[in-house]
Amino acid sequence: MRAMVYRGPYKVRVEEKEIPRIEHPNDAIVRVELAAICGSDLHLYHGMMPDTRVGHTFGHEFIGVVTEVGASVERLKPGDRVMVPFNIFCGSCYFCARGLYSNCHNVNPNATAVGGIYGYSHTCGGYDGGQSEFVRVPFADVGPSVIPDWMDDEDALMCTDALATGYFGAQLGDIGEGDTVVVFGAGPVGLFAAKSSWFMGAGRVIVVDHLEYRLEKARTFAHAETVNFAEVDDLVVTLKRATDGLGTDVAIDAVGAEADGNLTQHITAAKLKLQGGSPIALNWAMDSVRKGGTVSVMGAYGPMFSAVKFGDAMNKGLTLRMNQAPVKRQWPRLFEHIRNGYLKPSDVITHRIPLEHIAEGYHMFSAKLDGCIKPLIVPSAG
Amino acid sequence: MPYTSAPHDHRPDTEELRRRIPGWGVDLDPAVRPAVPRERPEPGGTGAHWDLPERQSETSQRERSIEHEQLPPVFGTAQPLKGLSGGIRRLAYARYSEGRAAHWLLLILGDRVDAIEHHLRSFATLRPDNPITETGVLSEVRRHGLSSRFGTRRADVRHQWLDPILVAGPWVLAGVGAVAVVNRVVRGARR
Repeated sequence: MRAMVYRGPYKVRVEEKEIPRIEHPNDAIVRVELAAICGSDLHLYHGMMPDTRVGHTFGHEFIGVVTEVGASVERLKPGDRVMVPFNIFCGSCYFCARGLYSNCHNVNPNATAVGGIYGYSHTCGGYDGGQSEFVRVPFADVGPSVIPDWMDDEDALMCTDALATGYFGAQLGDIGEGDTVVVFGAGPVGLFAAKSSWFMGAGRVIVVDHLEYRLEKARTFAHAETVNFAEVDDLVVTLKRATDGLGTDVAIDAVGAEADGNLTQHITAAKLKLQGGSPIALNWAMDSVRKGGTVSVMGAYGPMFSAVKFGDAMNKGLTLRMNQAPVKRQWPRLFEHIRNGYLKPSDVITHRIPLEHIAEGYHMFSAKLDGCIKPLIVPSAG
Repeated sequence: MPYTSAPHDHRPDTEELRRRIPGWGVDLDPAVRPAVPRERPEPGGTGAHWDLPERQSETSQRERSIEHEQLPPVFGTAQPLKGLSGGIRRLAYARYSEGRAAHWLLLILGDRVDAIEHHLRSFATLRPDNPITETGVLSEVRRHGLSSRFGTRRADVRHQWLDPILVAGPWVLAGVGAVAVVNRVVRGARR
């Protein structure tokens, strides 16, 4: 089969690999119909995630058709079209029993601090991902779901991570009626978090980024006010002025490890790998939210230490909430919202790229060229 | 204002929001939010029909965090450890917990060594690494590299010039080193 493979920082190519096989009785093999590149894939691409091995196939957002199932699989059969959450989880461990699917303890030998994620390095379990023609899907009775007949394929794909994560991030913000919410980052997760904040009853939603085309999307797709941090002298003061000097009630970090806005932070983290991530957006979130407010962290950070301004969080009495999203828990409610027409997830997709052009897709997404917000990978397109 | 107990000046008109924004307030009640409370069992079950999953066969020795008492029942089998990078990674897993910086720094070192090993190995194949095609840099032309960056105030323009240096720098240094070694050998042979 053809698959994207990592060749070292900033380098990927398509190679011929063995089709994955059933390795556990509850495995399924899925032929990938659509995959996506996630902003967090760029952390792997840039060599920031420890134990990202040459030859690894990325991709934790994908949908496809089941081609083979293991002996104990009861809920799926070959031919089923499925959407697969980015979390790999067993459904029965201490954490899964409490709904914390992203923290499953039974799927990742390499680390206990994170569960299993498709195509996200050996630190997340060493599973090849879905930017390929076929992928192994463990715990087929637990993770994947058959795509509802009424659901558009691209909408289903967005549910596998970006939409579920943004929606989850807004929930972690504990938003109340009339609250002012600031979302850092106008990528797909930030856009979905902003949109979801209205569902929770926000009174104002402000989105911060430095890419004007993404802020335009935040205004049209997410009905948000916007601030371009590259155009203001001091972002925290700007946000305080916009909120009567109090600060926002809720702040959501939807940027993570490669945040821009402070050259020293960015270079020490993203270029020199001396930090687990560049916590600029997180520090801005803590400084711009009001005292007693809530900071929700959806941006992905590496496992190393980062220069977080923790004293501000303590002194302001903030509540910090975060996790990888337990995706499947979000689906029933999200499906209702999509079906009711409250949002169209595929509206954030900007590019559809054949697998053969994956290297150019990664560069375009990484360098933010051509108005790119969300690129899809189409394995079957030549 | 924060200096008095008065509420925000910016009080939203929720009826206007409800009219203007599709779905406004549909999740206002925390009881309908799927992530609330944070910890709760799935009402309809997760689909798991086991208390402890059957164990996947360990066909080759699988490294694991020393924080795990045993190998979890299911694991990825992509890219098993090998070479010098494999040795470095094996040490990181065998010796240091996830709480130790040495664990992660060794893994990052292993990543860099892994890349060098594979680049060198690729030169002995019919498909050597090609930094032009593998970096996708040609999309700079096809995807409007210049117009995407200039004429707008993007913060990342300040450091993007470092990327080609990070990617090409080691290749250039290796090339310069190789030429120096060859020159020295040639000079030595002439003497």
